[in-house]
Amino acid sequence: MTLFRSPRAVPYLLLTPALVVIAAVILVPLAVSLWSSFTAYNLTRPATLYSFVGLRNYARLLNNADFWWAFGRTLVFITVTLNLELVLGLGLALLVNQVTMGRKVLRTIMMFPMMFSPILVGFQFKYIFNDAVGLVNNALFDLGLITQPIPWLVDGTLAPLSIMAAEIWMSTSVFAILLLAGLLALPKEPIEAAKVDGCGPIQVFRHITLPFLMPFIFIAMTIRSLDVARAYDMVRIMTNGGPAGRTELLWTLMARVGYQNSQMGMANAMGYVSILTSILFTVYFYRKLVVARRYMGGVE
Amino acid sequence: MSGRPLTIEKPWQRWLIRLGVFLAMAILCVPGVWVVLTAFRPNVEILARPPVWIPQDPTLNNFLGIFGLLPAQQQGLPVARYFLNSVVISLTSTAVAILLGMMGGYAFARYRFRGKGALFVSFMLSRTVPGVALSLPLFIVWSRIGLLDTSLGLIIVYLAINIPFTVWLTDGFFRQIPVDLSEAAQIDGCTRWQAFWKIEFPLARSGLASAAIFAFLTSWNEYALASQLTRTTASKTMPVGLMDFTAQFTVDWSGMSAMAVLIIIPALLLTFVVQKHLIAGLTFGGVK
Repeated sequence: MTLFRSPRAVPYLLLTPALVVIAAVILVPLAVSLWSSFTAYNLTRPATLYSFVGLRNYARLLNNADFWWAFGRTLVFITVTLNLELVLGLGLALLVNQVTMGRKVLRTIMMFPMMFSPILVGFQFKYIFNDAVGLVNNALFDLGLITQPIPWLVDGTLAPLSIMAAEIWMSTSVFAILLLAGLLALPKEPIEAAKVDGCGPIQVFRHITLPFLMPFIFIAMTIRSLDVARAYDMVRIMTNGGPAGRTELLWTLMARVGYQNSQMGMANAMGYVSILTSILFTVYFYRKLVVARRYMGGVE
Repeated sequence: MSGRPLTIEKPWQRWLIRLGVFLAMAILCVPGVWVVLTAFRPNVEILARPPVWIPQDPTLNNFLGIFGLLPAQQQGLPVARYFLNSVVISLTSTAVAILLGMMGGYAFARYRFRGKGALFVSFMLSRTVPGVALSLPLFIVWSRIGLLDTSLGLIIVYLAINIPFTVWLTDGFFRQIPVDLSEAAQIDGCTRWQAFWKIEFPLARSGLASAAIFAFLTSWNEYALASQLTRTTASKTMPVGLMDFTAQFTVDWSGMSAMAVLIIIPALLLTFVVQKHLIAGLTFGGVK
């Protein structure tokens, strides 16, 4: 009992329930996942969970073209969408910052996409990009720009672009809102001093606004890198990896191999690759954030 | 730059900015509005060519239809059941996540202890595991211990997903409350426990409310895990139920739109409530 009464035990006691839940739902399953990635586990034959095959799953992945395509596509997808979201979000924040009236209303509208569940965003864009009843084709028809429907989600080149458009619609707001918060907190004096010294708007932006915004940019990147895998929901409902695997990302491939083909061992090996990728992205941005904060002279 | 336009003087520049803002806002609004409009259209209008832009014949039939309340429809989908499952699962996991997360956040904000930094980072990292990747082993474990396709199974999973973020937010909220307040109360004869409930908890309440709404929305909107860990009406949630409307080659656009509206309304209302906290919560946790 004395152990529990010691004041040094208090923080640990407070954290115990949270740690127990996280251990049960995340750590233990991750251990199971790691183990099963070294087995030939097949859902239809439960006993195979104990047939250890070493690195065979990983070796097969390395030799599997589908896996590499999905992996490469996922990296391209993350890189392109995150960067475009940053640029568009920055643009939107700068634009809204120039408007003095109704800024609250604008901010509310900007939060609109953040309320949508990714599966809803996927459905919404599946509908909008539909070749027969979709809003985009309807509009193009009415404007007389096309005579044949464009198969946005069926064409091998257009489908990935459509999915990226959906992803960008969903997440640009995260950047815009955080960067707008940054712009509003921007101190006025250095900018006025720079203007007195004859700096143009572009120089002011480059040397004052942008460095000040850096921590906000990295916060947004860190937050986004935590949930990039939400794109799975969208792809699942929009194309489910099609046409002919052209929108297959690591996450959809993993689900297909694990649940449809029942090759759980292989799927978990893929799962590990995706987990490590996510962690790398997050750690990268988090470290940038810490550096940027130090540069700004903030406390840690 | 705060509050005041910096360099815009000429009227045409001002109009250009207004046009840009208007276009951006239109792009953000139109997709959602379109789905909402579709939810109130009869099927004929959805398939009409040339397209009908403004609903000519608004109807509630799509909503009645998905609840199986139309005489023509033999079999409605169990949407009412999905809705109930979603509400129960989201509310329960949120309430418990707030309680446990608040304890954790308080520990981080008020105590120094060994392994604090590492623990905080590992909380963060547990959030990075992609839902699909986590669903694979959870599927294996849950099916062996009988939690597959139960509300309880999903509640526990959402609890674990929501706790790290709640800890992160509440840590920030408690840190903003000066320690002196609690110490003063303790000098006046309160125990630390009493000081917490009388001083710190009321001050952190609005922050806790926004953390709760975050947690609720995460559970309410989650699909990747729910789609694999639920199988039947016993535990299927709304986002999973949305997929019931898609078959191999046909999609019930009006039914899906109606269901989409049912999913978005609670999220919309709650987000408006916490708007201010949402932004504050997102920014100060990271900057300060």
